[in-house]
Amino acid sequence: MLTDHEKELIAKIWDKMIPVASDIGAECLLRMMTTFPGTKTYFAHLDIRPRSPHLRSHGKKIVLAIAECSKDISSMMVTLAPLQTLHAYKLRIDPCNFKLLCHCILVTLAAHMGDEFDPVAHAAMDKYLSAFAAVLAEKYR
Amino acid sequence: MVEWTDFERATIQSIFSKMDYDDVGPAALSRCLVVYPWTQRYFGNFGNLYNAAAIQGNPMVAAHGKTVLRGLDRAVKNMDDIKATYAELSVLHSEKLRVDPDNFRLLADCLTIVVAARMGADFTADVQRAFQKFLAVVVSSLGRQYH
Repeated sequence: MLTDHEKELIAKIWDKMIPVASDIGAECLLRMMTTFPGTKTYFAHLDIRPRSPHLRSHGKKIVLAIAECSKDISSMMVTLAPLQTLHAYKLRIDPCNFKLLCHCILVTLAAHMGDEFDPVAHAAMDKYLSAFAAVLAEKYR
Repeated sequence: MVEWTDFERATIQSIFSKMDYDDVGPAALSRCLVVYPWTQRYFGNFGNLYNAAAIQGNPMVAAHGKTVLRGLDRAVKNMDDIKATYAELSVLHSEKLRVDPDNFRLLADCLTIVVAARMGADFTADVQRAFQKFLAVVVSSLGRQYH
């Protein structure tokens, strides 16, 4: 459950990430694959070394999708419909991994925002990303 | 027994030696109570936990946060036998305090985020991995004596 204030906060934070989407996205993915090596199994087709262009472009896609969705959180089910299909039928990433990436996104935001990523912002963001992940996994079965 | 690389040992010692426990402890615990409000169930006698501001200003939360971090220091000083170090605390949390062991993981995640916010770019992916490995051992050891 997100309050209006929380939705605004979330949209504001992601809006600031759009210009640096490749950097932020690459960092999130790198943190996830370093801390949780099992997640690397989904990237056998990419060069996932730090600073690789694959990591940056893939990371950018993810950040932009999350940022886009944050502009109108109530329409999440509609906005994410194509990504739902992609993840369910093509990518088939085990949804337990979404939690791991969400955690690394929070860590990345904390490292970049410092004190500004206070408990209220953290709680709002955690709720948003959990909802995002749940919606993404909706078509799996 | 857990195997630690030189990098992991050095990283953990470095992070905790530079850490202000009296700042980080309260920050991590209060964050946990805000982000995961159901954890407040264990703090019924702590007074006002009605909103984020109340939690962050609550002196009992702050005091308890310091206690928790000082407890964590025991693992920092005994990295080669964290399981034995926490055997008694594990029994305490299970039989007396009756804390769901999943909460240790929630608090560990909040601590990770507090440390990331304090360290910024120095909290690299490799440092994060070492830190989370250490906390995972702590969490596992605290849950070890639950039956």
